[in-house]
Order: sequence, then C-alpha cells, then structure tokens
Amino acid sequence: MTTVEGTPSEAARLRRASPIRQLLTRPEFGSIVGAILIFFVFWALTGFIVGTGFMSWKGFAAYIQVAAQIGILGATVALLMIAGEFDLSIGSMVGCAGLILGLSITQFGLPLWLGLIITFAFALAVGAANGYIVVKTGLPSFIVTLGSLYMLRGAGLAMTRLVSNGQTIVSGVGAAAADDPLSKLFNATLFTIGGADFKVELLWWFAVVAVATWVLLRTRFGNWIFAVGGSKEASRNIGVPVNRVKILLFMATAASAALFACIQVLEVGNADVLRGTGKEFEAIITAVIGGTLLTGGYGSALGSAFGAFILGVTQLGIFFVPGFNSDWYGFVLGALLLVAALVNNWILRRASGARS
Amino acid sequence: MTTKQTTTTELTAPTSPQPTRSDVPVLEARSISKMFGRVIALRDVSLSVKAGEVNCLLGDNGAGKSTLIKTLSGVHRPDEGQLFMDGEPVTLASPRDAQTRGIATVFQDLAVLPLMSVSRNFFLGNEPTKGAGPFRRFDMGYADKTAREKMHEIGIDVRDTAQLVGTLSGGERQTLAIARAEYFGARVLILDEPTSALGVKQAAIVLRHILKARARGLAVIFITHNVQHALPVGDKFTILSHGRSEGVFKRGEISLDKLLGLMGGGEELSDLSRELEQLQNEITVAQAADPGPGAPPAG
Repeated sequence: MTTVEGTPSEAARLRRASPIRQLLTRPEFGSIVGAILIFFVFWALTGFIVGTGFMSWKGFAAYIQVAAQIGILGATVALLMIAGEFDLSIGSMVGCAGLILGLSITQFGLPLWLGLIITFAFALAVGAANGYIVVKTGLPSFIVTLGSLYMLRGAGLAMTRLVSNGQTIVSGVGAAAADDPLSKLFNATLFTIGGADFKVELLWWFAVVAVATWVLLRTRFGNWIFAVGGSKEASRNIGVPVNRVKILLFMATAASAALFACIQVLEVGNADVLRGTGKEFEAIITAVIGGTLLTGGYGSALGSAFGAFILGVTQLGIFFVPGFNSDWYGFVLGALLLVAALVNNWILRRASGARS
Repeated sequence: MTTKQTTTTELTAPTSPQPTRSDVPVLEARSISKMFGRVIALRDVSLSVKAGEVNCLLGDNGAGKSTLIKTLSGVHRPDEGQLFMDGEPVTLASPRDAQTRGIATVFQDLAVLPLMSVSRNFFLGNEPTKGAGPFRRFDMGYADKTAREKMHEIGIDVRDTAQLVGTLSGGERQTLAIARAEYFGARVLILDEPTSALGVKQAAIVLRHILKARARGLAVIFITHNVQHALPVGDKFTILSHGRSEGVFKRGEISLDKLLGLMGGGEELSDLSRELEQLQNEITVAQAADPGPGAPPAG
C-alpha cells in the first residue's frame, strides 16, 4: 500500500506525500505510539526501577508471553474484522480445541500428530460452518458466533464430563505428549536470558502476524478482504468472491484459536473446558487498538501485534505497580479500548477526509 | 476475478471500430419484455448502441430503466426478446459473463471503496500478480504505476496512489470507476445515473469523461433522469415510460420540453408548478391576514 514506484518523470508531476504524513495515516500508527507510551507509563509507575519487577528479563518474558498468546488470535481477528465480521466463538473454541487435543492423546491414546490433525480439522469445520451460516443467512456474525460461543462451551463441557467420568479438566496431557518431539513445536523454550524463559509461542506469534500482514497487504486475497469489509455490494458487482473470502477468514480465526489451545495445553500439561473465556473480546480489543475499524474496510494485522503488546504490558504491568492489583486490569483495558477507538477515528478522518 | 494481465493489456489498446462493421450496433436489445410475477417491468423495449455513440436512456423513477440495464448487464434474463452483440444473438449468463464480453456497468454509488487506495480500487477484482505458487502476490508496483498513469490521463491529480479514494470528489470517484471499466476491456459502458448525486462542477467532470470515452470509440449507454445532462452528450435518446419505449430520437430532433413531456415528467412538472403557485397564493393571503410575524398562534 505504501510502495510507490514508477518512472521518475511520472512521479514528479504529482505532489508526493511526505513519509511522515504517510506514517501518520497508517492504521497502525496509533498502536505503535500507544505501545511505546504504555511501556513508559508502567515503567514510570513502578519507579523507573531497572533489573527487578517490570523492567527485568523475567517481567519482559512474562508480558511478551501474554502478548504472544492473545496476538495469535488478534491477527486473524483483525483480518476478519477488516472483512466486516466478528467471531465471538473463538473464546470457547480455545477451550474446546484444547479438550479435543487432550482427550485424543489421553483418553483415546492417539498419537500427538493425529490429535493435532483432529483438533485443527474440527476448528476449521466449525469456522467454515460459522462462515457459511453468516454468508447464507445474512444474519450478523455477532449473533451467529455468539450462538456458537455458547454451543461450543456447552457441548465441550457435556462431552468432557461424559467421556472422562465427570471431570471437566483433562489431566495427564503433558505426560502423554512428553516423549513426542512434535510437542516441542508448541512448548519448547527458545532461549533463556537472566533466568527468564522465552517460549516458542513467540515465533508462532511473529509467524501469524507476518503471514496475516503479507496476505492483507501483498496478495489479491488481501485486497478482497478490504473490499468485502468496505462494501459487500460493490465487491460483488466487481467480481470479488465475497462469500469465499468471509468463510476462509472464519476458518482462519478458528484455526488460530486451535493453535492457541495446542500451545496452552501442551505447555500447561492439561486441558480445561473453561480456558479461553473472554479471549474473544480481548482479541477484538487487540485488533481495535491495532487500528482496525469495528465497521470493517480498514485496519492492520501488524497493528494487532502492537495491540497485543499493549494488552500484555497492561495485564502484567499492573502487578508491578505499588498499590494496585489485577482487579484494575479490566478497567484499564476498557479505557484503552475507548482511547484506541477515538484515535482510530481521528486517524481515519485524517486519511480519508484530509481533502476538506 | 481471474482476468490475466496479458489479456487486459491487449484489450486496453484504443478500440478502433472496424469500418465495415461500424454500422452494426455493439450491443442491441430487441423487443425485450420482463415480468416480475404479475408486474410488467418492461414491455417490448428495444435499444441499441454503436461504437463511438452515446445513447441516453431517459425516464422517470419507476420507468423500467433499472430493469433494462440489469438485463443488459446480465443480472436479469429477459422473458421475451433477444440481446445481440455485433449482430450475433447472445445470452448473458451472469454479470461476470457480461463483463468478459466487454459490457461494463458502472453503478452510481457502489462503484468504488472510499477506504481503499486509488490503485487498490483500480485493480479490485483484477489484481495483477507476480510470482508463483504460495508466493504469488499482488504486483503493487505495476498497479501503482498503471493507476497513476490512468488517473493522470483522466485528469485527476492524486497526491500518490496510496491515497484513499475517500479523499477524491464525487465526480472524480465516478470517473475513476469509468476509467477502470475501460481499462479492463469494456466495449460497452453502461453508466447508471453517474451524475445524479453530483453537483454541477462534479457532473461536468463525468460528462467530459463520457465524451472522451465516445471519442475513443466506446459504445456508451448513459442512464439519467436529468435531461440537462443528457442533451449535451447524447447522440441518441431512448425514452422509457411505464415500462414502454416512448421512442428513440436523434440529437437535434427533439427539444428539452418535448423530452421532459415524453419522460412522463412533463405532466407532473406542470402539475407541480401549478400546485406551487397555489401554495404561494395561499401564503400571500395568509400573510396579508396575519398581523405580523411575532404574533402568537391562535388558541
């Protein structure tokens, strides 16, 4: 979107926007500034101490891990929101996918690779069903996926109790997967600095954000994502396969929830039906802080990474601030969402209404 | 959706109508009828347009203009009658089919996406790609370069092609949509009310572009209910009223008043002016009886 190439003679005839102005009108601009600001605010609140607490390797590893987990969801949710839809079902998909993986390799004694295939196949099928219902019925995705949010949670709970003698937590996953080298893909420690472990989920996060950003900005499909969210009718008139785009994006959000679940289950060593509760809204907040419009048609997958970082820093930073505790997390997150929505609005006006 | 770049570049070469066939309409509809249940939307309507010609389709709201253009652009199938392209009978299976045959329809308000950049809009649905397999990607360099050239040709000064289309004026947006349709190989341009939401200056931008398209040899069907916009650019005027054709007139054959009358708007317009006159009289009478503007309402 920002690449401006071409013959110099042609370019010279046009007024060129300054690089600073271009940066100012990028959707992720607000989140970059916000991430830096939030980081320094929390550092200041903890008294600018270096070496322990907030500004230490252990602290950094902790909030970057939170950021990585929510960021995996945030990137795909951003794409879906740019296409003009919501997926609230990912919260219980995290719990459900985790249960399926856990039960597959403990209760049913399947090898990890097969468990992973089943888990992702399930997620993709649910995502496709969500998408199919949304495009065929024309119902708001908010309602459709709110339905699947509850259905998945309820079914997950009931089925788990049924097959594991009344338990809602599937334990022993860690032991069952311990010998399988495949589990390292989800729970390996990348490196250790200052006693702080940096886990492989960071790589997953970077990979998901990189792929999402590349798809959005550098492929035909990405162009269609913007178009579908901007106007369904205009897109259809011009020949964009609107339904295919939306269904594929619902599958992507469900798959990212499954990835999140696999990481969590293999890291912690058990599966719990209540995992992922509230993640659907945190993912939306991540995307909005990253510069994505709630109304679709505009946004950034890269921005969601900064949104996730802000979320991680906020969630764990509060612990380090004297006199505060995690009770304040919800309040701060809500306030950040409001500020982000206002900033987005302002950036959008600058980007689209700069003429007047 | 999958138009290859190679084919589009061929098609963008200025259409020079073959002299032997220039008298054959590029697109012709003969005796089209269309029913929706028991409602007759179109009855025995004919329309044709040649290369380098502007046919203005005039009619009041509800005259059947929309149904006719939807039939011409592949959205509806006619119940009776036949479409011809270059004299050959054709059946348009879908809007996409019509597009690949060179019929491009530009809708008034659904033409472009304001939150997307100029080059992204220009190539939407026909994105040029480079690379292969999973690395096949949107060729932004080519898209920017081409979009910038085309925008310059149509006289729109974009700061840069990453600029959002929302920053363009209404007339410029409409023109962008027309230029895009032309670039992707349109031989027939169907413009659905391109000027009706625009101010005088903005409408002029679009009308100028219609004349340029005609000069390049395109066949243009210009739908409007604004006679002032139709008269200066039209070679032919097809008038629809209540689903029927009220006749086809050549430029110079018909006056503005006559056009208005045929459109079915004339009668209503004189009704309207009569009504307004009466209203004006009532107000004058009321004001004369009223002691002043500051007086409290009775009761």
